[in-house]
Amino acid sequence: MIRYLIRRIIWAFALFIVVTLISFVLFFLIPADPAKEACGKACTAPQVARVAHYLGTDRPVYTQYGKFLGRLAPISFSGGFHLKSPNLGRSFVNRRDVNTVVGQAAPETASLVFGGMVLWMLFAIPIGILSALRPRSLLDRASMTGVLIGVSAHPVWIGLILIYVFAYTFHLFPLGGYANFFGGSLTQAGGPIEWAKHLVLPWMTFAFLYTAIYVRMIRSNVMETINEDYVRTARAKGAPESRVMRSHILRNALLPIVTMLGMDVAAALGGAIFTETVFGLNGLGYTSIQSLQQYDSPTVMGIIVFATTAIIVMNLLVDLLYAWVDPRIRLT
Amino acid sequence: MPLLEVKDLKTYFSTDDGIVKAVDGVSFSIEKGQTLGIVGESGSGKSVTCLTIMGLNSKRNTISMGEALFNGEDLLTASASRLRQIRGNDIAMIFQDPMTSLNPVHSIGTQLVEAVRLHRDVTKKQARARALELLKQVGIPRAEQRIDDYPHQFSGGMRQRVMIAMALINDPDLLIADEPTTALDVTTQAQILALIERLQSDYNSAVIMITHDLGVVAEIADDVVVMYAAEVAEQGPVERIFRKPHHPYTWGLMGSLPRLDADVERLVQIQGSPPSLLHPPSGCRFHPRCPYAFDDCPRIDPPLVPVSDDPGHLQACLLDEDTKNREAARLLSGMMATEAS
Repeated sequence: MIRYLIRRIIWAFALFIVVTLISFVLFFLIPADPAKEACGKACTAPQVARVAHYLGTDRPVYTQYGKFLGRLAPISFSGGFHLKSPNLGRSFVNRRDVNTVVGQAAPETASLVFGGMVLWMLFAIPIGILSALRPRSLLDRASMTGVLIGVSAHPVWIGLILIYVFAYTFHLFPLGGYANFFGGSLTQAGGPIEWAKHLVLPWMTFAFLYTAIYVRMIRSNVMETINEDYVRTARAKGAPESRVMRSHILRNALLPIVTMLGMDVAAALGGAIFTETVFGLNGLGYTSIQSLQQYDSPTVMGIIVFATTAIIVMNLLVDLLYAWVDPRIRLT
Repeated sequence: MPLLEVKDLKTYFSTDDGIVKAVDGVSFSIEKGQTLGIVGESGSGKSVTCLTIMGLNSKRNTISMGEALFNGEDLLTASASRLRQIRGNDIAMIFQDPMTSLNPVHSIGTQLVEAVRLHRDVTKKQARARALELLKQVGIPRAEQRIDDYPHQFSGGMRQRVMIAMALINDPDLLIADEPTTALDVTTQAQILALIERLQSDYNSAVIMITHDLGVVAEIADDVVVMYAAEVAEQGPVERIFRKPHHPYTWGLMGSLPRLDADVERLVQIQGSPPSLLHPPSGCRFHPRCPYAFDDCPRIDPPLVPVSDDPGHLQACLLDEDTKNREAARLLSGMMATEAS
């Protein structure tokens, strides 16, 4: 177990280096000068050169990457060995601290993703099970049609329709924006109720596609498990159907879903770009699009670092969870 | 009153291609403590017969007719909740493939305890003690340590022992064993059969042994039902069927028994393969594969009738008595001859 964890952590480091290095080099290869962007249109060549020197973009890519890693490392050797807090640097465009930018954007994305996940599982599990129990019934056909619509409809379109109906026409929810869960400020609403009110439509938009995917996955897994010999054994023991479903079918059918859920949530934590854009949420996806358009590589790198870490951590959690629920899997 | 009396049992499945008559008029009865063997090829309806008795067929596309009287109570018309009370308590079942018949995510202890507590109002501790007792009886070594292991940590033979323990844990009156040894290797097969026989006498349970192996039937059964294409070809007490088999299909099964003592180059096989139950052959269903078939066979569906000098022995073949006597004698003398040499 300890050895497994150590190996996983080493792998995580390697993965982290590869992902950030590739992103860094890609930025270097883009034929655009971030110094010019940051300086503005009126800048003369010497002024741009000074800005480039100030930002550090006039140095070779390995130096820049080394500096990036040095800022990110939690230890420092300059002025003697000591611990320090990891730093993502400052934005090229507006000199904001990237730690703060990510720190403000991450809760919005996390609220959207985790809330959306709860919503889509709340729908997908019962619909998936019922469709599996009565294949080709009216409910099954209806849900399969819904699945088709869900995987085909674009989130921007769904989001706009939801906004038009529930926010613009009926005034049930705000048109967009975000409210802090832990209380607001003079200029911004806050508190759990406002938070939820602002997120209901984004949750629905975000969950639409995933509900469709998960209904189909749960349906096929349950249909497969229902025909397993051990399910027949459970019935032969005299177990009631509810118990057969809970203890024998679902325990097995939902195992692969755990893995999928971990992957999907981790990937979405990097930013649910479409949903965030439609609802004006300053989440990681929206921020990364903004920063990309301005060649603001420190901010984009900050989001990449966050997303990579989220994926690595979620994957590790899923694997540990999997080993715990499935006795056949041993971590070695 | 017999423990279980099955009368004219029919099980039809409706499929996209039409109605499949998987069991088409099967009758038999079994007394307490007795063993009934049901023999036949794959797809002859042996397993479906027993799944119908247990009420384990999928309800959506299955039609069952006839009667299955268990202690006088018809299982085919019993309510779902009544059937649940009977299943696992009065009638228990062992399945063919022990590798897939145990739930992989629960320890065997959990699965045994579940079987007890579904029918007995006992504490987990008492149920566990009972589970342990059964595991020892079926010969699981170091049962105390192994009770918390998971199915994948056991071999096939050991898993089948666990299945037997689970079936017998509530002391059932009837044990249905659906090819319990087919998936196991030969030495394990013999051990499992011996175990079932021993526990049967310990618990005085009746056993229905479904098999395609006449050797198994000869070893442990009192009565035998030979099934072919959803119908009974021949049935009766085992020693009489072995002394004078009346149906060419039974002859074929006996001829294809491997014998360690016989010096034969090849096993005799029954030509062809079992017919589709969607469109079974006309007349006698065995006629396309029967080397003795004559003009009447494709036209007349032979009724299951008692043998003239032996009313307990039923057979469904149109051949005249003389031919049957001659061929049965020839088959048996051949087997005797190899035995004598």
